[in-house]
Amino acid sequence: MNFLKIDGVRFRQGEWQLEVDLEAKRGGCIALIGPSGAGKSTLLSLIAGFEQPNQGTIFVGEERIDTQAPARRPVTMMFQENNLFNHLTLYQNIALGCHPGLKLTEEDRELIETAMAATRLGALQSRKPADVSGGERQRAALARCLCQRRPLLLLDEPFTGLDPQLRVEMHELVDELRKTHALTVIIVSHLPHEVARIADSLAFMLGGKILKAGPADAMLSHPENPELAQYLRFTSAG
Amino acid sequence: MGLPVVMPVIVAVFGIVAVYGRSGLLNFLLQPTGISMSFELYGLTGILLAHTFFNLPLAVRLLLPAWDQITNENWRTASTLGMSSTQLFRFIEWPALSTFLPGVIVVVFLLCFTSFAVVLTLGGGPAATTIEVAIYQALRFEFDPAQAAVLALAQLLLCAGTALLLIRWMRVLTQTSGRKSDSRARPDTGARAGKLFDFGVIGLCGLFVFTPVAALVISGLQGPVAAVLLDTDLWQAAARSLGIALMATSLAGIIALGIATTARFLVLERRQKNAKEGLLLAGSLTLAFPPMVIGTGFFLISLHLKAVDTLTLLMIAVVNALMVLPYILRSIAPVLIDSGQQYQKLCAQLGLSGWHRFRQVDWPMIRKPAAFSLALGGALSFGDMGVAALFDTTGHITLPVMLYQRMSAYRFDEAAVTALALVLMCVALFWILDRSLSR
Repeated sequence: MNFLKIDGVRFRQGEWQLEVDLEAKRGGCIALIGPSGAGKSTLLSLIAGFEQPNQGTIFVGEERIDTQAPARRPVTMMFQENNLFNHLTLYQNIALGCHPGLKLTEEDRELIETAMAATRLGALQSRKPADVSGGERQRAALARCLCQRRPLLLLDEPFTGLDPQLRVEMHELVDELRKTHALTVIIVSHLPHEVARIADSLAFMLGGKILKAGPADAMLSHPENPELAQYLRFTSAG
Repeated sequence: MGLPVVMPVIVAVFGIVAVYGRSGLLNFLLQPTGISMSFELYGLTGILLAHTFFNLPLAVRLLLPAWDQITNENWRTASTLGMSSTQLFRFIEWPALSTFLPGVIVVVFLLCFTSFAVVLTLGGGPAATTIEVAIYQALRFEFDPAQAAVLALAQLLLCAGTALLLIRWMRVLTQTSGRKSDSRARPDTGARAGKLFDFGVIGLCGLFVFTPVAALVISGLQGPVAAVLLDTDLWQAAARSLGIALMATSLAGIIALGIATTARFLVLERRQKNAKEGLLLAGSLTLAFPPMVIGTGFFLISLHLKAVDTLTLLMIAVVNALMVLPYILRSIAPVLIDSGQQYQKLCAQLGLSGWHRFRQVDWPMIRKPAAFSLALGGALSFGDMGVAALFDTTGHITLPVMLYQRMSAYRFDEAAVTALALVLMCVALFWILDRSLSR
């Protein structure tokens, strides 16, 4: 049974159009790859509710979500930047995932502690985003996602600005959290070989469409689609 | 240099008379040389002098963001190209300044165009009067509401026409990027000639602004301080002014917040950039509609309702709120819109909206600029004489009106102390509001 079902979604923006059908299993990880302007981030925005599709439906489990407000969807999302409010401490930023007014119950506090421990942020709770490293900021954003307790995690190139070693660590952390919290993850990346370490499957997007989707290993080792093969050549050269 | 911005008009007029008047400080200093300043202060000269005193620091403040548009990279590139100070001005500073300058000129023009208290006190007669003063005279001396209404309507049409003509330049001032550049990055900061020039210009401007303030303090301290300060009328008038200032500031703050959040909604949710700009501009249009005209409207309504006595304070507060609204709006709207652009998606995802969003996200971001502009609005409203002068027959005298009455009655000793008390209270109110709100 598919956990996420995107059925005949169409989204127009001027001349450009996105047309997508996609399915994801519970606890799975799909990496959306493809060149800039392919529609990867727009697809995440449609799932998160920041954009409204012109046509089609999006289901999470039995629930149709494309008509719901972003805050009501069983979805949480991490962006490339601006994941944290700069004037709040890391703890407050994470706690916003429990209550938008920061009115925390004892259970909330325990959840925050657990999330901070899982993302290895224990000693940094009173620091502000400007006082910690880029990796620590993204870990805090991940901790907040855990506090939101939503089963679908969307990652829009959140680790792009980090150095290669830190990126690998962050991918491993996402993978670990996915397994321990039974999260379904959709991640956008420009680095297919790197993201394939945690993704079960890859979906290659170009011109607003998914041209090819399949198991990560097979897609990387035998790219049958010529556009995908060319894209992989460029990204592995870079 | 910022003191004239918060200084009540009537107090500044007192300071200018104390320096440039016939028996003022300037003539006193020139006495040993046998030279005497022969110009007539009451008339166009005095009006020009007073408006320069007020608008010089304001223009500087409004122009400062132009330098923030210049990036550090621009300065560094200029440095690697070996640009001289003249070339820096021509290729870097002037292009940035020229986008702001027309807007600043328009704001200063509108403030002078709708000026009332300066013309009333320094006009010296029909040769240098304005429609504002004519409205005041029609209501206060001739008690001719019909004539006042016609004059107010004429002024309204004139101002609306002027605003429509100048609207495209006013728009620039509502758009700031919030970017800050580091002026230390400019390559010619060590040049001696430039330093001397800057020192000379800043020194002269400082002297021009500082001497009326100094004259005011000296004459205030030489006056009957105890007698004036022990007078309960002064404290009643001060309490009335404070009540008006707090009401006006709260009202202006709420309206500005409403306009700014609606503008943010229009641009970020509805993607209607033109509607956003139109709304922000509408909030700034009260700059072009003189408080005296709006006050006349309120006065005529309350006259019709036979409620002048009961509505006086409320009416003055509403007019003052509209007067300070553009300053508050201009300080918080760019920050709110920038914060929206930065955090809109995050807030939507976390369900941060309404009060929660205001408390957790918006207020921490606008707190400092809002505190400053609300404090400025409070001080301006506390010291404003314009509309309050219309209503003083009802017995609701404010402190600036009390000062004007003492000056008109040639009780200059008492007026000096009252002026000093008024300016000190304005500064104190500004300081308290700024400190308490920005904390």
